[in-house]
Amino acid sequence: MMALLHKEMLLTWRGRARVIGALTFAAATLLMFSFSAGADGRLLQRLAPGFLWLAILLASTLTLQASFDAETEDGALDGLILHSSPAAIFYAKALTNWLFLAALGLVLLPLIAALFDASLGRLDRLFAVLIAGTAGLAAPGTLYAALAGRSRAAGLLLPLLYFPLVVPALIAAVKASELGFFGDPMDQWSGWIKLLLAFCLIFWSLCGALSSAILEDG
Amino acid sequence: MSRERLALGFGLLGIALLGWGSYLGLFVAPPDRYMGDVQRIMYVHVPTAWLALVVFTLAFIYAVLFLVHRSWRWDALHEASLEIGVLFTGLLCIQGALWGKPTWGVYWAWDPRLTTVAVMLLSFTGILSLRHFLDDPLRRASWSAATTILASANVPVVYYSVRWWNSLHQLQSTPKTVNSSMVEPLRINAFGLLFLTIALIMARSWIAESRRRKAMAPPLAKESS
Repeated sequence: MMALLHKEMLLTWRGRARVIGALTFAAATLLMFSFSAGADGRLLQRLAPGFLWLAILLASTLTLQASFDAETEDGALDGLILHSSPAAIFYAKALTNWLFLAALGLVLLPLIAALFDASLGRLDRLFAVLIAGTAGLAAPGTLYAALAGRSRAAGLLLPLLYFPLVVPALIAAVKASELGFFGDPMDQWSGWIKLLLAFCLIFWSLCGALSSAILEDG
Repeated sequence: MSRERLALGFGLLGIALLGWGSYLGLFVAPPDRYMGDVQRIMYVHVPTAWLALVVFTLAFIYAVLFLVHRSWRWDALHEASLEIGVLFTGLLCIQGALWGKPTWGVYWAWDPRLTTVAVMLLSFTGILSLRHFLDDPLRRASWSAATTILASANVPVVYYSVRWWNSLHQLQSTPKTVNSSMVEPLRINAFGLLFLTIALIMARSWIAESRRRKAMAPPLAKESS
C-alpha cells in the first residue's frame, strides 16, 4: 500500500506540467463564470463559494481522468493486480487525487478572495471544508475514472456518472464555504460539515468495496 | 403456460386496468376542490412515481445479485429494470411539469423530491450510456452493477441534502386524507402499471439475453443468410 501510494505521488510529481495545466484551467473557468454572471460586484461576491467548488469540480474531471492513464496504456493494471489487492490500488489513487484536489482548492482560495472581494472570514473553517469536500469528490471520482478510462468514451462518461453522484457533497461544500466566507449567524456550519463527512464515509468505504468489481473484471 | 404467454397476459391485464382506472379518474371521480380538473393527472402521476421507485429498487437488487452470484440472468434483468426505470422517471418529470405549471405557476421547482428525481434520472441514464460504451459483456455487467449500487446508495443522501438546502412539494397524501372515489382510480392504475411493468421487464430482459448470446457467438455466414 505504501509502495503504491509512493508510486502515485511520484507520478503526480513527475507530471507537474499537468498540475499547472489543471490550475490554469480552474482559473480560466473562474473568469468564464464571472463573465456569465455579469459585472455586478455584489452578485459575484455572493456567488464566489459556488464558483470555487465548480472550478474544483470541473478541473477534477481532467485530473481524475489522467490518474489511470499510466496503467491503461500498456495493460500494466493486470500486472499490478497480481501482487496487490484492487482496494489497495484504488485507495492509493484516491488518496493522491484527494491530496491534489485539496492543494488545488488551497491555491484557488486566495484567487477567489481577490477576484470576487470575498473576505476569508474564517480561514480555519474554509480549510476544513476544502479538505472534507475534496475528499468527497476524490473517492467516487477515482472509481469512475477507472471505468470511464477503459471504455470507448472516457471524456463523456466520467462527468456523466460522476456529477450526479457528488451532488450532495457539492451542496454541502458550497453551503459550508458560504458560511466560512460570510459568517455563520445561525450556527449551521457544523451540520453541513457532518453531512459532508457522512458522504465521505459512505463513499470511501463503498467505492473501496466495489473496486474489485471494476478493477478485476475485464 | 409458456413465459411469453404469461408476459402477454400480464401486459394485457395491465393495459386493461390502466384503461379502467383512467376512465374512473377522468370521468367518475369528482374534481378537486382547489385544483379542479388539473388534479386528475395524479391518477397516473402517483402510480408512475411508485413504480419508478420500485423498478430502481429492483435494479439495485439485481445489481447486487449479479455481483454475488455472477449469472447472466441477473444482468439481463438489471439492464431491463434500468431502462424501464429511466423511462418511468422521464415520464414522471413530464407529468409533474404539466401539473406544476397550472398549480404552482412553474414547470420546475427546486423541491427535494423533484431534485432527487432529477438526480436519479441523470445517474441512471449515465449508467445506461456506460453500458452502451462497453463492448465486453463481463465488463458491462459488473461495472454497471457497481455503478447502480453507488447511484442507489446516493438517492437517500441526495434527498436529505436537498431537503436541507431548500424546500414546496405538497405532503404525501394517504388514503385517509383522500375521498374514497379518488382512491379507487389511483389503486386500479397502480396495479395496472405494476402488471404492465412486470410484462415489460420480462420482455426487455429476454431481448438483453438474446443480444448477449448473439454478441458472444455471432451467427455464421451461412446461418444468417
